[in-house]
Amino acid sequence: MFLNVKFSHIIAVVCMMSLSFTAAAQHHGESHNDHGTPTEQHQTEAGQVEQQHSDSTAGHVVAEEHGAQHEESESELVNGKYDPKPMIFEHIGNANEFHLWGHTAIPLPCLLWSKEDGLTTCLSSKFEHGHKAFNRYVLHNGVVKRVVDPSFPTGEVSIGHITTTEVEKAEVDSLEHEGKMYAIEKASKIGAFTSWYDFSISKNVFTMLLVGLLLCLIFFSVAKAYARGKDKAPRGLQGFIEPILVFLDSEVIQPMLGDRSTKFAPYIYVVFFFILFNNLIGLIPIFPGGSNVTGNISTTMVLALFTFLLTNLNGNREYWGHIFNMPGVPAVLKLLITPVEIIGVFTKPISLMIRLFANITAGHIIILNLVSLIFVFGKAGQSIAGAGAGIALAVPFTLFMNVIELVVALIQAFIFSILTASYIGAATESHHHAEDGHH
Amino acid sequence: MYGAIGAGLAAIGAGIGIGQIGGHAMDAIARQPEAVGDIRNNMLIVAAFVEAVALFACVIALL
Repeated sequence: MFLNVKFSHIIAVVCMMSLSFTAAAQHHGESHNDHGTPTEQHQTEAGQVEQQHSDSTAGHVVAEEHGAQHEESESELVNGKYDPKPMIFEHIGNANEFHLWGHTAIPLPCLLWSKEDGLTTCLSSKFEHGHKAFNRYVLHNGVVKRVVDPSFPTGEVSIGHITTTEVEKAEVDSLEHEGKMYAIEKASKIGAFTSWYDFSISKNVFTMLLVGLLLCLIFFSVAKAYARGKDKAPRGLQGFIEPILVFLDSEVIQPMLGDRSTKFAPYIYVVFFFILFNNLIGLIPIFPGGSNVTGNISTTMVLALFTFLLTNLNGNREYWGHIFNMPGVPAVLKLLITPVEIIGVFTKPISLMIRLFANITAGHIIILNLVSLIFVFGKAGQSIAGAGAGIALAVPFTLFMNVIELVVALIQAFIFSILTASYIGAATESHHHAEDGHH
Repeated sequence: MYGAIGAGLAAIGAGIGIGQIGGHAMDAIARQPEAVGDIRNNMLIVAAFVEAVALFACVIALL
């Protein structure tokens, strides 16, 4: 894509207006890795039949152009139709490099481990955007994958095109090397273990480290300012952070945690600012933003796991009593209520996990969808008038969505921390307060 | 195709839910203008809950 970013910032939209025409014109020239998802291949088959029936000469021209360029590169046009799906999934996913445009990317360090080859460390620029394999690892759409076949040579090897085919409803990527096809596989995930593990500083990890550093810088300087002038009015950064801290304290921590607030307040603050900064950095379209950290289910899963552990490890007698032996409930009903309560222990963190993930990812998908309207209407640069109409439609809507996203970034950070506080508060509540009824 | 229908149905549900929350919050503010801050906070939280359900449906529809 011509700007590998989250297209979610006003600046990007303004730049886009000037860039889209030139970029749209250049779009075909750009060589790209294969985007042949099963849907596209499906469309190709269906489209060919359709074309024979319809009288669209334009469609034939497009198809011919498409075929002619096939050797050089594969464009996103399928039978004159632009399919935004691969672009969107590339943008919301994690990657081993910061893709800027065309073949320009900021490389990131890769730490790859497999049982056979041990540890491989390199920069992702070594893979030359999918043109080279290193120790059986290749880069496919910005993500490192590994050749399964042990007969594939190690070291630096030039490789051909990487193609995606559909085998029994599962996508299989394979690369061409000296006339032979080799299947490649993704890194191990929870529930889907493969032959290797990816411990790289990926895009998301890099951004998380950056956010950590940023938070340290901000909060150490604010803490120093408090230590220096205890009773003075807040200055500079302190003045920006203090209202947020006071708001969290009065709206979230004190009402939910009460007398346990000193113990749990640090976690609530950290989780709030970590999520907020990651949400906001995800809205910046260019490096060092442009990664979708809180829109990644692994990140939100770990955050929810912390809340789950804090809630259940600090849960007191009353908390467990309410789960396994609900007071004031007939014994017959307890048979019904206990399983529901046990499930409730797990659904609370799971809903935390999915809520944050879904909100951020959905926002990004909507913005990317709106931006791809330009290419859908403009047929990826073949119809300038269509692109103009797309821009006229996409710019105000993208702007609107960006404002919504800014609000969502704040609200979701707030929701996550207030729910965490209320779960922990309910689990550690002493009997005296239980009468207020937190159920 | 079915995913899109599912997402649309979820949007209807969420629309009704958020409409109810917003409408009742406006009622409450009209009754007690001095409690506008509390009402706004609670409205946002509950709206986020409703929205989350719709987004769960969207995630399922996407998968």
